[in-house]
Amino acid sequence: MIEIRIHGRGGQGAVIASKILASAVFSEGQYVQSFPAFGVERRGAPVAAFTRIDAAPILIRNNIYEPDHIMVLDPNLLATGICTDGLKKGGIVLINSENTPDFFKGLDDFRVATVDAGSIAAKHRLGSPSYPIVNTTILGAFAKASGIVSIDAIISCIGDQVPIKPEANAESAKEAFESVILGY
Amino acid sequence: MGNHAVSWGVLRSRAQVIAAYPITPQTQIVEELSEMCADGDLDATFIKVESEHSAMACCIGAAQAGARTFTATSAQGLALMHELLHWASGARLPIVMTDVNRAMAPGWSIWADQLDSLAQRDTGWMQMYCESNQEVFDLTVCSYKIAEQLDLPIMVVYDAFLLSHTSEVVDITDQGPIDDFLPPRQAELKLDPGKPYAFGSLVMPEYYYEMRYKLQEAMERAGGVIDSVLEEWAERFGRKYGQVEGYKLDDADIVLVTSGTTTSTTKYMVNQYRERGEKVGILKMRTLRPFPVERVRKELAGRKRVLVIDKNMSPGLGGVWAQELRAATAHIPDVPPIQCYIAGLGGRDIRPETVRDVIEHGKTQESLEKEYHWIQLKN
Repeated sequence: MIEIRIHGRGGQGAVIASKILASAVFSEGQYVQSFPAFGVERRGAPVAAFTRIDAAPILIRNNIYEPDHIMVLDPNLLATGICTDGLKKGGIVLINSENTPDFFKGLDDFRVATVDAGSIAAKHRLGSPSYPIVNTTILGAFAKASGIVSIDAIISCIGDQVPIKPEANAESAKEAFESVILGY
Repeated sequence: MGNHAVSWGVLRSRAQVIAAYPITPQTQIVEELSEMCADGDLDATFIKVESEHSAMACCIGAAQAGARTFTATSAQGLALMHELLHWASGARLPIVMTDVNRAMAPGWSIWADQLDSLAQRDTGWMQMYCESNQEVFDLTVCSYKIAEQLDLPIMVVYDAFLLSHTSEVVDITDQGPIDDFLPPRQAELKLDPGKPYAFGSLVMPEYYYEMRYKLQEAMERAGGVIDSVLEEWAERFGRKYGQVEGYKLDDADIVLVTSGTTTSTTKYMVNQYRERGEKVGILKMRTLRPFPVERVRKELAGRKRVLVIDKNMSPGLGGVWAQELRAATAHIPDVPPIQCYIAGLGGRDIRPETVRDVIEHGKTQESLEKEYHWIQLKN
């Protein structure tokens, strides 16, 4: 079983990202479970969303405490320590940042990848220039960084599930797939 | 997510009148249903109301007129309906309702806990608890068939967030086969200006007693009806359910009794015990009412330990499922003491380790030393 946790702030689309990821993996023949951190969401507050993936039906139903991989939609959240809490050694830390992976210190136990999802999403006019919605973009990068899911499946699910600007979201994911920087 | 599985179940069941008031974590059910109505996918009257009490009142009126009805609620909303829950069953109306289990406030909570629905035990409603979103969809459809055969209302119950907001794979059966399974409701007696009857009038003592007898008589038939409807569902669609279900139960010395999503996490832990050769199994409870007394007696006799995980607390006595099981098995030889473990109140996560602690503690309990045990209680 693979457990993935997505960290972001309310309004960045972490919950939708976990759902699209789950749908994409499902379309490739795996069992999935996707859920938000069970709480009260406010715009700007730290939020988390989860995706479980397995070849067999998934029995476990509690929260994810020791994820295999994480995505970080707002790099400022890294300093709080909540993102890497419980993350398994060797797990992927995919960060939305204009910096390269070596910029981030203290993550030696993990495989760090970065993608400038904010700029890519802004260029494709997803959200506002000051607060771009980066959820679909970072999924493109995750496809490359993890190899767990194909970019084609991600793009197909974005087309099915994103109600507004599906083409721009898909283009943005594709660009992130091509531009993600792997520090491993 | 589980909430959408309900909406699709109600759509496929061709409900005709939907009345509801929003409350977390149920709201998405009726949000989606209102869209289905607005888009013309579901030919139903959607009634916006000012409270849950009114929502149930609308369902009662519509069901009395012969319609297939639906509402959904949680926690305080269900409590506000309480008076009318008795009316729905006493008037013998086959209303289907979803209750997304949410802890009762205060402390103000939106998270899962079963006390809201269990506290409605004596209202004359049937109740079925779900473990997965597939069960939520399937049992929503089955509930209409069960309720309409018995003229009794039914509640489909599942955990807040653990199912309501969790997305997972659900097979949404096509409309045609469901139409074959569930024909339109045919009410024998209904509000009809062309053929007038009076409903809800004063009942003198010489008749009330027999009305209650008839209600209970329907509940006694309910077990058989539930079994036959679920069997028909399994034959048609291949997904099999029961009033109780065993998991690695046949040879189990230690039996964990669970309901709702706690069952899934318990299965995960039971698999680990089985790998070590320990005979641990699960009796999963589906129906609270009618209570499957005979099945429970049969399944629990001859075991070494019976450990009930109760995600609820009836203050002053203990877990509700454990109390029901003790009452059902009292004086039945060979049923071991029924140990009650209170867990998961107000959304406290029930983890595999929680289940492990229950099993390990239960192994040490030969007799009934305590009515209930707290598990992983913070000081």
